Amino acid sequence: MKNKIGAISLFLIIHLSLLIGATAHAAPLGKRIVLENGMVLLLSERHTIPSVTINMLIKAGQVAEPSDKAGLAHITAGLLTEGTKKRSSSQIAEEIEFVGGGIGASGGDDTASVNLTVLKKDLDLGLDILSDILLNPAFPEAEIKRKVKETKAGIEKEKDDPSAIAGKEFARLLFGEHPYGRLTEGTPESLDKMTREDIVKFHAAYYAPNNAIMAVVGDVTEEEIVSRLNKYLGGWSQRELPKRILPVVKPPKHKIVKPMDKKITQANIVLGNIGLERENPDYYAAYVMNYILGGGGFTSRLMDNIRDTKGLAYDVHSYFSPMKYSGSFNIGVQTKNESAKTAIEEALKEVERIRKETVSDKELEDAKAYLTGSFPLKLDTNSKIAGMLAAFEFFNLGLDYPEKYPKIINSLTKDDVLKAAKKYLSPDNYILVVVGDIEKAGVKEIPAGVPKL
Amino acid sequence: MKKSILALLIFVSVSVSAFAAGWDGVKEHTLDNGLKVLLLEEHKAPVATFQIWYRVGSRNEKPGNTGMSHLLEHMMFKGAKKYGPKSFSQTVQKNGGNDNAFTSKDYTAYFETFSSDRIWLSLDIESDRMRGLLLDPKEFLSERDVVKEERRLNHEDDPESAMFEKMMEVSFLNHPYRIPTIGWMNDLTNMKVEDFKAYYDTYYIPNNATIVVVGDFDSEKMLPEIKKYFGGIPKGPEPPKMTVVEPEQKGERRLNLKKEAELPVVVAGYHVPDLEDEDSYPLAVLELILSGGKSSRLYKTLIYEKQIALYAGGDYSMVSTDPNMFYLYAGAMPGKPIDEVEKALYAEIDRFKVEPVAGKELTKAKNQIESSFIMGQDSNFNRAMLLGQYESVASWKLLDRYVDGIRKVTAEDVMKVAKRYFTEDNRTVGVLVPVKEEVKK
Repeated sequence: MKNKIGAISLFLIIHLSLLIGATAHAAPLGKRIVLENGMVLLLSERHTIPSVTINMLIKAGQVAEPSDKAGLAHITAGLLTEGTKKRSSSQIAEEIEFVGGGIGASGGDDTASVNLTVLKKDLDLGLDILSDILLNPAFPEAEIKRKVKETKAGIEKEKDDPSAIAGKEFARLLFGEHPYGRLTEGTPESLDKMTREDIVKFHAAYYAPNNAIMAVVGDVTEEEIVSRLNKYLGGWSQRELPKRILPVVKPPKHKIVKPMDKKITQANIVLGNIGLERENPDYYAAYVMNYILGGGGFTSRLMDNIRDTKGLAYDVHSYFSPMKYSGSFNIGVQTKNESAKTAIEEALKEVERIRKETVSDKELEDAKAYLTGSFPLKLDTNSKIAGMLAAFEFFNLGLDYPEKYPKIINSLTKDDVLKAAKKYLSPDNYILVVVGDIEKAGVKEIPAGVPKL
Repeated sequence: MKKSILALLIFVSVSVSAFAAGWDGVKEHTLDNGLKVLLLEEHKAPVATFQIWYRVGSRNEKPGNTGMSHLLEHMMFKGAKKYGPKSFSQTVQKNGGNDNAFTSKDYTAYFETFSSDRIWLSLDIESDRMRGLLLDPKEFLSERDVVKEERRLNHEDDPESAMFEKMMEVSFLNHPYRIPTIGWMNDLTNMKVEDFKAYYDTYYIPNNATIVVVGDFDSEKMLPEIKKYFGGIPKGPEPPKMTVVEPEQKGERRLNLKKEAELPVVVAGYHVPDLEDEDSYPLAVLELILSGGKSSRLYKTLIYEKQIALYAGGDYSMVSTDPNMFYLYAGAMPGKPIDEVEKALYAEIDRFKVEPVAGKELTKAKNQIESSFIMGQDSNFNRAMLLGQYESVASWKLLDRYVDGIRKVTAEDVMKVAKRYFTEDNRTVGVLVPVKEEVKK
């Protein structure tokens, strides 16, 4: 047995040194270029497969929409591919799909994203369509009407998904008046009031090259892509961006419990609090702490306790969801209605434990080893690289992030982990949403605004 | 216009040769104990994926023991001789890797993805649990509960999934494809750990498995290591052949599932051949014309023009050990009667029988298939999945023939398979009928 381990570690040493040798000569992940029109381009040349992947972020997410127009950012992005001044919705789909490519646009919380994937030979066609949907969307009335109808039907359909219901209610209670508390796709009421003028104005205000990040990954050289972007996006002009003041997010002052009755076999539980924004320096300690608590898949404490030892759930996890201006922390678990209370109690026990006792040396070392060692797996396809490059820019992490990241993680101590747990987890003030058979689950409501006894 | 299409066609054939080269690098070996090994080097990133595929799934189960293959997959993480309970994933993760497993009707597969310097660990882990599984009775009881929670989560509380489960059960009356891979709840409740030893011994043997490694490693080093770790495991008796054949369906079958849900859904399934039949190529092309993106026929008519469906599609289960199904499905828009949606689905299928598909539509479908194969080469995991799936149900060599087969498909071929398989007598129809229970305030 010992011999075998010896053989493996020998292998590891040999291959590790090969790997280090390879990395030292490897080109950096990408290059940052600011185009003539002010747009930031991040380029990673990868010539192994004759295709190009483009991932764009435009700072036109729900944080940019007025508070009485929930869903505006989402519908504006969704309508980009539904008709331009020279192409109808069907023509856009037909042209890109004919060559086996794909284009899509969607609106999220911080940003809208536009994605394009084409074979290299179709790059000009792809960029022509991409520039057309960004610069010249027509927002036809008929398409708006159809999109509103479709979005409303989607909202109705989502009521079949208990974990989606729980997650949305959790965000609403947690973020309140902040845009993160609104539903990305809006509500049937806000959608009914949406006008073409709202959409046209939103697009004109926020879809600008100086408000956009483009990551390009694949079989293309700097010269090829820059000249084409200057051609296809040259007419896209910079403009002054509207200033928005966002409300301050405040953590709940007391426990809020929201049971939501649905005749299903499991209770879908979401429990959590305000987390932190991505650029907060505490992010890394919180991330490591969460890995040990419930982010580390099969090896986390929540998984060990609630799934492996007690057999209460198939899925139990926790995560920080760090956004640009705030973030959330939440624990999620689904268990048969009758075990809901036990699962909640056990989750809270783990929260309490990680706030009171320092984690073990082994737990910290294992967490560091995974978080640093698995980083290359986050960069093993073109679309993963494109997503990462865009995020590096959006969150000001820098293109040298792959080198900085392991150093930051490895520098963290058990005390840093404990501090993060004490600061971001609370065993008393949290929001708990339970969707399931509430009678069987036995969960009692504690409404917002009512101080605990 | 015509010129540009011609130009595109020339380009496409250039790219396709790049695709064909994609499987050229596969090195195939069979160890003396019957273990099949497929190695594909890909050095573009310092990562690799290791997968081991066993030819066992719910296809090998019988009434009363449904869900056994999947529960055994769960037990494979609960300790073997060298790696005790919990230590598989712990070992993988502290080496910066990800691991998991999945079970289907035809196969059960385990995988790890690592930085390339750690991929060797997979050999130790997978050779340990191929023959050394502990099957601890206490671990079994809690894991059985975990699987019951998985069933509640993904089947009982998900109306569409519950509907699909019923569809399989009615589409196949004899063949074990009617069994849900997760197992029926009552069978799970009654399952005992003692039942698993014989099942494990029957199917977890080298001559019923395939190892697939794709990524940044050296085959000259990998193969001897695989031999070192797995070569000493004795060959087992050939697992029993599953001989059930589903008799030809003679007449439409219908079922309604009443369940708490928001919107009605209709699914129509037709018995079709699998990838070993020449008809699989035109069926794959038909699937794309029907539902490949927003320019496809179902999207254009049901969703975009008529606005009677929130979503609609076709799904051809081609990669299958025995002949499987081609499903059409659609979810109704609020207020639209589901029988109108069902008729619209048939109208689209019937068009294929009377009207040859247009040249441009046919070319588009072929372009889509070819580009998805080229782009699919970007992911080691995806390539390993394809090799493992094809080899488990038939042979990985069919992958090489696939693009050629697709390229030869004509409009007549598509019409022929539409007429042959999409008949009323060969059809099983399921409707999800939403019911609302009174919710207490």
